[in-house]
Amino acid sequence: MTATEARAKAASWLEERLDLSAVREAIGHKTVPVHSATRWYYFGGMTLFLFAIQIITGILLMLYYRPTVSEAFESVQFIMTRVQFGWLIRSIHSWSANLLIFIAFVHMFSVVFTHAYRKPRELTWLTGIALLGLMLFFGFSGYLLPWNKISYFATKVGTDVAANAPLVGPAIARFLRGGDDVGGATLTRFFAFHVMILPLTALLLVGLHILLVQQHGMSTPPWIGPSGVRQMRFFPNFFLRELMVWYCALAALGALAAIFPWELGDKADPFASAPAGIRPEWYFLAQFYTLKLIPSHVWIFEGEILGILGFGLLALGWALLPFWGTDQVGAARTRLVAGAGVVMVSYLAAFTVLGYVK
Amino acid sequence: MRAPFIALLLAPLGLLAQQAAKNSCLNCHSALDGEAQRPALLIKNDVHTTNGLGCADCHGGDPASDDPGVAMNPAKGFIGKPARTAIPKLCARCHSDPNFMRKFRPQQRVDQFELYQTSVHGKRLAEGDENVATCIDCHSVHEIRAVKDPAAPVYPLHLPETCARCHADSKKMAKYGIPTNQFAEYQTSVHWNALKVRGDLSAPTCASCHGNHGAKPPQVESVAAVCGSCHVLFAQLYQKSVHEPIFSAASGGGGCIVCHSNHGIHQPSTAMLEGPKAVCSQCHDAGTPGAKTAVEMAGWLDGLDSALKHSESVLAEADKAGMEVSEAQAKLSDGRDDLVKARLALHAFQPVDMKKPIDAGMAVASETLHAGQAALHEKDVRRMGLAISVVFIGITIFAIWALIRRLEPKGGLPRDASTTPR
Repeated sequence: MTATEARAKAASWLEERLDLSAVREAIGHKTVPVHSATRWYYFGGMTLFLFAIQIITGILLMLYYRPTVSEAFESVQFIMTRVQFGWLIRSIHSWSANLLIFIAFVHMFSVVFTHAYRKPRELTWLTGIALLGLMLFFGFSGYLLPWNKISYFATKVGTDVAANAPLVGPAIARFLRGGDDVGGATLTRFFAFHVMILPLTALLLVGLHILLVQQHGMSTPPWIGPSGVRQMRFFPNFFLRELMVWYCALAALGALAAIFPWELGDKADPFASAPAGIRPEWYFLAQFYTLKLIPSHVWIFEGEILGILGFGLLALGWALLPFWGTDQVGAARTRLVAGAGVVMVSYLAAFTVLGYVK
Repeated sequence: MRAPFIALLLAPLGLLAQQAAKNSCLNCHSALDGEAQRPALLIKNDVHTTNGLGCADCHGGDPASDDPGVAMNPAKGFIGKPARTAIPKLCARCHSDPNFMRKFRPQQRVDQFELYQTSVHGKRLAEGDENVATCIDCHSVHEIRAVKDPAAPVYPLHLPETCARCHADSKKMAKYGIPTNQFAEYQTSVHWNALKVRGDLSAPTCASCHGNHGAKPPQVESVAAVCGSCHVLFAQLYQKSVHEPIFSAASGGGGCIVCHSNHGIHQPSTAMLEGPKAVCSQCHDAGTPGAKTAVEMAGWLDGLDSALKHSESVLAEADKAGMEVSEAQAKLSDGRDDLVKARLALHAFQPVDMKKPIDAGMAVASETLHAGQAALHEKDVRRMGLAISVVFIGITIFAIWALIRRLEPKGGLPRDASTTPR
């Protein structure tokens, strides 16, 4: 029996047991519009690719990681020094986490600027925003797990900020820390969030997000006319292009891990004083710097509480973008959303840089 | 109606209080010029003033009277400016009285005068030598501050200069025939560096070795004990060493100072063991077994020191390259401990005792060097692995691109005007 015959036989065996004709049909008919903004479609796929990398490397790290105050740092040190390719897995996991958040932001803004959030894609947008929030929480919870000095104090700062949220702040902070302060209970709790609660929720949302994308197809920007849009078959034409982008990302991750291995630092010491200039991860820097700029009291309100309330309202307004950012006639709202997008990107970029520099 | 009546009743008490607080000494001396005015200006910072004592408590007289004839009447106990020979006893009236001193500070020492009488200063003063230091020469007069006051002349940071005011004065010291270079030498010492540069208040000053009120040079037999009060382990080893009886018999100061000197104690190094400035060569001629042992011990110390430094630099290079070497860096501190132990063991002057920490330190240096070199090698392997994988990824990307070109010949993508989901 030749290889072709064997393949055909195996395919037929599968076909008899799993009726994949519907899937094949869907893939075969799926197309991707080709226009000046097509390149932005790749960012969604790249986010998915990096998420897959996170799951794979995360599972491998979990084989050795021990989530206790006395063993967390040592187990990561063991992974970095003794486990075969442990350094590579851990560095790729850390670099990929940061790249994933960056790419997710790029993907979100590409959706804003191409106005892909419009009807009937409101739910796609909402699941995407929820996924971005989950990614940020993934980053926040994962940052503490090596239990080193910087991550310990950054988590203290982060949970202190949460504690200042109006009404529910202290309860949220206590829930996150598992007590009054960051300690062993926080580490166990963050580990549970990071490897169980967040992945399960994220997988469900990713599934729903992809399902919605399949259902509605790829959005075409409003400035492209209703007719004459060229189409590219998703499989294999677009998929092969995505594969090229994923390989490029893989090479970049490998280079970052080999040339700039992710540092471990010193073990956390809760009794030591906080290192000078402690700050959260880069994706929280803009908010952190903004809170620093707000005076301690604004009229009768505490500055920090006001700031957190402001961020909450801003996030809510942003999440509800499809509901206020579209209009039936004219393009006034579209221009407003584009303007808001430019302001948001400028603010995040400028304040992240300022938060890093100052 | 009731208030004026109470005021009238309390008036005599007010007058009494005014009378008690009156200090005519201060009133008159404040109005005088020059030296006569000086005490009145200085006294406000004096620890005695802040504790409620006045001029008359030392000088006698009647401060309640504005008439100088009455205020400074010897019949009222006025003694004027006390003679220098009388000063220690005058201060001791209160400072040797535990019942009186307890009122101000329950734990205040009261043995200063007793100690002073045993000091070189006290003995000479008793013989009538007014040139020697009395209480006021160190503590100042009329502006006497508590020892813990950073502005006090006897505060640890200022004490060397206070002693040097007399002991660095060649004219003053001429008649005693003692050197005046102690302060200059002390300024070159590790102790001065600790005190003045690092601001370490526990660093030894003159009083730490000589005593303060009972100040005198330590005797030859007690030098090791004086140094050993801080350098405990060094002193213990030295006491058991072959050098102890020999150095104790040395004339002109023995013990630790034979090798380390006294006031100008410099940072010890292996140059003390070998080379042109070797202190061992003062007694052990070149080529003798003692000199050979000293050279051998210097070689061990230098060898371990440079081995540890080499390991440290290799680990630092690996660390800078992003390699995880914190475990080895922590281990390196064990090696540094061994070097300190070896330097300590040297004071027993038994090469066998010293070899133990040297060997342990060399083992640490070798182990950490190996870890650093392995990390650097690993770094190179990673870069090579990266280069190879990038080549393979590049080939794969090229292959995919070629496949796309095959799937989409010349004409490019088909044009499809059908309804596109929007």
